[in-house]
Amino acid sequence: MRWLPDSAVERLREDADLPDLGDSKYAVIGKLGSGGMGTVYLAQDAELGRKVAVKVMNIADPSGALASRMMREAQIIALLEHPGIVPIHDVGILDDGRVFYAMKLVHGRCLDESVDSASLADLLRIFQKVCEAVAFAHSHGVIHRDLKPENIMVGSFGEVLVMDWGVAKVLTGGRAEKDPALPGMSDVSPEDIELGDTLQLFGSVQGETGGGTIIGTPAYMPPEQAKGRTELLDERSDVYALGAILYFLLTGRPPSDAVDGSTTRATVPAAHPNRPRQIRSKIPKSIEAVCLKAMSEKQADRYSGAEEMARDVLNFLDGSPVSAYRENFVETAGRWLAKNRFLVLLILAYLLMRVLVLFFLRR
Amino acid sequence: MRSDRFPVTRLSAIVGTTSPNQEERTRAFEALIAAYWMPVYKYVRIKWNKPGEDARDLTQGFFAAAMEKDFFERYDPAKAKFRTFLRTCLDGFVANEHKAAGRIKRGGDATILSLDFDGAEEQLRVASPPRDVAGDDYFEKEFARSVFSLALESFRTTMLSAGKEIHLQLFERYILNDEDESTKSSYKVLATEFGISTSDVTNYLAFGRREFRRIVLEKLRELTTSDDEFRREARALLGVTPP
Repeated sequence: MRWLPDSAVERLREDADLPDLGDSKYAVIGKLGSGGMGTVYLAQDAELGRKVAVKVMNIADPSGALASRMMREAQIIALLEHPGIVPIHDVGILDDGRVFYAMKLVHGRCLDESVDSASLADLLRIFQKVCEAVAFAHSHGVIHRDLKPENIMVGSFGEVLVMDWGVAKVLTGGRAEKDPALPGMSDVSPEDIELGDTLQLFGSVQGETGGGTIIGTPAYMPPEQAKGRTELLDERSDVYALGAILYFLLTGRPPSDAVDGSTTRATVPAAHPNRPRQIRSKIPKSIEAVCLKAMSEKQADRYSGAEEMARDVLNFLDGSPVSAYRENFVETAGRWLAKNRFLVLLILAYLLMRVLVLFFLRR
Repeated sequence: MRSDRFPVTRLSAIVGTTSPNQEERTRAFEALIAAYWMPVYKYVRIKWNKPGEDARDLTQGFFAAAMEKDFFERYDPAKAKFRTFLRTCLDGFVANEHKAAGRIKRGGDATILSLDFDGAEEQLRVASPPRDVAGDDYFEKEFARSVFSLALESFRTTMLSAGKEIHLQLFERYILNDEDESTKSSYKVLATEFGISTSDVTNYLAFGRREFRRIVLEKLRELTTSDDEFRREARALLGVTPP
């Protein structure tokens, strides 16, 4: 018998771990990454000859209940056709009962890898696209529930894609819930699509308080989600996570790393993180205000949705006032001057020229 | 989807060691010895610090005694993994033989299988010394090596008998070649090298992986006693979740 060195055993082990996509049209090429719920693989679509990303759930589901719920979930996400939402091509169940999605393969970098190399303006333009994609999902009654920089891909052509909708939830009365294109959806209550209770199976649950299940990523999680109050989750919960992402873009660190004077528990998001300007004093007050408004502890104090937040970010980029910040006269004047710099310089040049002309005429 | 890829009904060798049918018992012991002799030998050499000659005798003696005295009949899957049970039996056996050194030869005389001890010695010589041999880790690691080595042998035989030489060569070239990820040949390079299309490389490798996984699971099925244990082992050893 041939002796296998450690490296060969490890490779064979990794290969045996690759999912068996069986008679599907996908052939796995290798592993791209893994998370609490599932593992993403690079695969080849034999019919169309293109490479795709295939996400396979980590745990089998012998009863099939979870699989059917996740199939519905994938069907819902598939309805969200937007340039900022990663398209799902296909959904299926492996021989071993695990559900898989085939998604568009995005070449690019995660947002957290871009933060050090891009300017604030570029990061905010990316962020605004994220807000727009999330706003589109909200308009269809779908909330993401696990927004974080690692779930945002910036493609090689500048496209911005919100990934990993595996724990998304359809809100009561959402358009996706009522969409006639989704077979059987009219018989499904939102609770049926609620994945919180099933996520414990995946080991994605971060902890529990009260009677509910906590899902998501602590650093970017709103307080109501951290407390397991899943019944309170709505669009404003995603707004909080967007605020936390903006915090990360402004300061270079997630909010939970920056709690003032207290120890951050791994399972709980920061209750009162340092203000971004305490970490980087050059951050403009108005964009800091946008971030802090989105991250308000009370849902009622946040933006009502991602669209409203996107508008404020766009206003900031355009040099217009933002709804989250009340400027004083000096700040308004300064912003106006900064926004109309060219016009001001033109007027100043004209006035200077007039002064010089008058001066020489009087001599 | 096909469901015959997984060996759901293959008889457990552990259960087979207690069969009243002598032929079945022999086959079961052969399967267990094939999977465990190398980990046992290395464990005796390293943990018990025995010279090669003594370790050979103890390994042969241990399996001979297991057959004669039906050691494995006492195994209770509810209490521990078979590997842990076997290692505990081994520790007891070696300790007893150590106390009565003269008895080593008695067990050692019973050569039950032709085992490649020289190969095992060579492995020990080449491999870096393990950090910890007292716990399960060393034995587990050697068991995994043994299962994968056996599976690879079966895989070779299966592929060659099915006339899939290119599948086998590709699998060995891509999976077993000692290159790191940065220097690993791309599918495109392999396609040129083998004179086939890139999509053929993808498909051949996918087929090879599927077959290899099937064989590994078949081995594991043989080395466990229940569905639950089989699933636990598959997940612990391979990370896969069998159906």
